[in-house]
Amino acid sequence: MTTQAQGTSVRKTIVVEAPIERAFSVFTEQFDGIKPRDHTVLAVELAESVFEPCEGGRVYDRGVDGSECQWARVLAYEPPNRLVFSWELNPQWQIESDLEKTSEVELRFVAETSERTRVELEHRNLDRHGEGWEGTREGVGSENGWSLYLERFADVVKPEVR
Amino acid sequence: MTYRPNEWTALGDPTRRAIFARLAEQPRAVGELAGELPVSRPAVSQHLKVLKQAGLVVDRPVGNRRIYHVDPDGVGALRAQLDGFWIKALAAFKEAAEQTTEETQ
Repeated sequence: MTTQAQGTSVRKTIVVEAPIERAFSVFTEQFDGIKPRDHTVLAVELAESVFEPCEGGRVYDRGVDGSECQWARVLAYEPPNRLVFSWELNPQWQIESDLEKTSEVELRFVAETSERTRVELEHRNLDRHGEGWEGTREGVGSENGWSLYLERFADVVKPEVR
Repeated sequence: MTYRPNEWTALGDPTRRAIFARLAEQPRAVGELAGELPVSRPAVSQHLKVLKQAGLVVDRPVGNRRIYHVDPDGVGALRAQLDGFWIKALAAFKEAAEQTTEETQ
């Protein structure tokens, strides 16, 4: 099956014309502008996404009404080379409280020149979510998550990154 | 090269998205889907075939019908949505990183 052949990770590499320190700080400090805004677990409109730049830091969305929803934790913070954070959202784009059913994202920053940085992203252990989903598949139908994020497939962009 | 649809191309079609969304609500037979959508029964069957090849839906026989439901494995669909998420995020990241460089130079 296609799924198995593709494994349980999503890997992306992108090269940016910026020094490694800047690339790292932009990702963490301007995370609000990077995270696609149509992805939030909040019930209200998203005010901002906050990435606390330290190990153990919280990653959360804040709504316009002040409500907050933490959906990740910083597991490794090693500027300017490496960043790892958890991904505590389930396939219905809701908070997963069982950490056994969460995945993680690692970013590695590699200086190709003093002004150019390669960023390697790996979102791994997706099968953990799969197990969680399998266990609740009877309830999948009642969730409205699917229709919400399916809209995103409508305008599939030609991938510029691999 | 053999054409093998992935989750992206499979869900790139609005009718297939509609079918998939309905199957996510609850398992259905071909006839039920055809009755709910402005699509003929053979067309629904063809769309289901693509969704099945992409690993997004599976079917099982119930009596003399086949009931289709979303693949409980889910990893394929999850991969597809995260794939799209990170493509968008990294494109925005590249723009931000390069813009910042220009501004400070």
